[in-house]
Amino acid sequence: MNITNLTVHELVGKLKNKELTSEEITKAYVDRINDKETNVKAFVTTLCDEALEKAKKIDKKREAGEKVSDFAGIPVGIKDNICTKGIKTTCSSRMLEDFISPYDATVTEKLLQEDLIDLGKLNMDEFAMGASTEYSYFKKTSNPWNLNCVPGGSSGGSAAAVAAELVPWALGSDTGGSIRQPAAFCGVVGLKPTYGLVSRYGLVAFASSLDQIGPITKDVTDAAMLLNIIAGHDEKDTTSYEVEKKDYTKALNNDIKGLKIGVPKEFFAEGINEEVKEKLYEAIETYKKLGADVEEFSLDIAKYSLATYYIIACAEASSNLGRFDGIRYGHRTENFTNLKELYRNSRSEGFGEEVKRRIILGTYVLSSGYYDAYYKKAQQVRTLVKNKFNKAFEKYDVLLTPTAPNVAFEIGTKSNNPLEMYLADICTVSVNIAGLPAISIPCGVNRDNMPIGMQLIGNKFEEEKILNVAYAFEQEYGFRSKYKPGFSKK
Amino acid sequence: MANVSKEELLHIANLADLNIKDEEIENYLTNLQDILNFAEIVNNANTEGLEETIGENDKFNVFRKDEVKTFENNKMLLQNAKEQERNMFKIPKVIQ
Repeated sequence: MNITNLTVHELVGKLKNKELTSEEITKAYVDRINDKETNVKAFVTTLCDEALEKAKKIDKKREAGEKVSDFAGIPVGIKDNICTKGIKTTCSSRMLEDFISPYDATVTEKLLQEDLIDLGKLNMDEFAMGASTEYSYFKKTSNPWNLNCVPGGSSGGSAAAVAAELVPWALGSDTGGSIRQPAAFCGVVGLKPTYGLVSRYGLVAFASSLDQIGPITKDVTDAAMLLNIIAGHDEKDTTSYEVEKKDYTKALNNDIKGLKIGVPKEFFAEGINEEVKEKLYEAIETYKKLGADVEEFSLDIAKYSLATYYIIACAEASSNLGRFDGIRYGHRTENFTNLKELYRNSRSEGFGEEVKRRIILGTYVLSSGYYDAYYKKAQQVRTLVKNKFNKAFEKYDVLLTPTAPNVAFEIGTKSNNPLEMYLADICTVSVNIAGLPAISIPCGVNRDNMPIGMQLIGNKFEEEKILNVAYAFEQEYGFRSKYKPGFSKK
Repeated sequence: MANVSKEELLHIANLADLNIKDEEIENYLTNLQDILNFAEIVNNANTEGLEETIGENDKFNVFRKDEVKTFENNKMLLQNAKEQERNMFKIPKVIQ
């Protein structure tokens, strides 16, 4: 049995009927990490010994007939901006290189309550700022489908680890596409939940009004299962919503007859690669065949959204990252004579170039004289974007777009051109601006065997709808049985 | 169109508590200028009469009971500080 190729819902079944133990599962993943991690470089911290130790304990619990969760003893990977008590949480930054979190994020607590086993902390763009994971202070993660290419970002470590079967599933975070775009680049499933569905407590803040934690998984059923675990109101996050607890797997009924899918034509315009478009059009045909009612319409927001996103996200980041001063935690310079120098030099040494660039841009758009022209205007455009989505959802159940304008690009080709890197987010940012849920699923590969992602956007708290629409395509298309990452260097 | 001067960049960096080295100035200016030029596109959007969206949900004030909750592990909170003394964070002398 190839254990690491199994989905989590398959593992759950095999644990239940005693075909597999947690130790066997965890051992298989540890072996896989030992084999592939040198090529993929997905982890900042691995916890292999601790994981095996915990797996044995959970097996004993099961053997003793103790009541355990269905997921007890299944490993998980966690993006390195989500706090894990007693374990380093670095945000892939020199600033937090030695930071050991004194508490668990709410999502971490929820994973541990289910007795999931933390297999390690996954690489990312520094402070989640980037679209390629190249801005990590520690290492550049490779795409398992072509090791010369980026895995996308900022949750590149999470997506690459799931694609390379180094973890069965993982948590990422999404501020402008950071779950969906790497999921698309790595041929896996990534779900960005509605803003407020999942607690952000213990997620190191980048842009608080846009950030959301979500699952990166092998398939849609696993995404629904992981969402079941992490969703829910949290007193510690005042922006989290009090919504009734749902079982999202129940929504996966494969019936999409008569469902209305809107295809915004502006998301297929200039700048979107031809092969990406082609696969998306094929997917649209599949949906028609499955009985969905698909219609093209105009949603003229993509170009405003990206500019709005970078104004708002950088403004919020410049404020959020003000807390890093070298006093209570984080990098502290050795070169200072007074308090002001301690702050400045610690920050200047601790932050990487892209982070500094965004702090400066954010400070600029918030500064006197520019606030109205940029920040205030962007907040108004945000309302405009929300209104346009609201109008679209009066008519359609789900919207369908590419996840990214292209497939994964080669390492080093965009890291020196910030604006070009920002364009990788053009299809995803409007979803964060409007606080909506969206999922990316693979819908084919290009001629070089690189995965192409399809994004399905839902109205607020309609995760069930997008999950089911994604599920219907997945069942029909069977991406996982057709294509596999080759770990090649093309 | 925004035109960022070197002085302005250094002023902003000062506000953000960041140093910019002389040899970095040109690069920062070019990048910032590029991004701001791109961001100008927001001005093409018709936002007449639209309110600003502040935060992502309709929640307004969220209240909870004003209860004291003790964080048990204060040793762990302090362990990340590079310098501490008698259970407090230590900073360089401020008043000379």
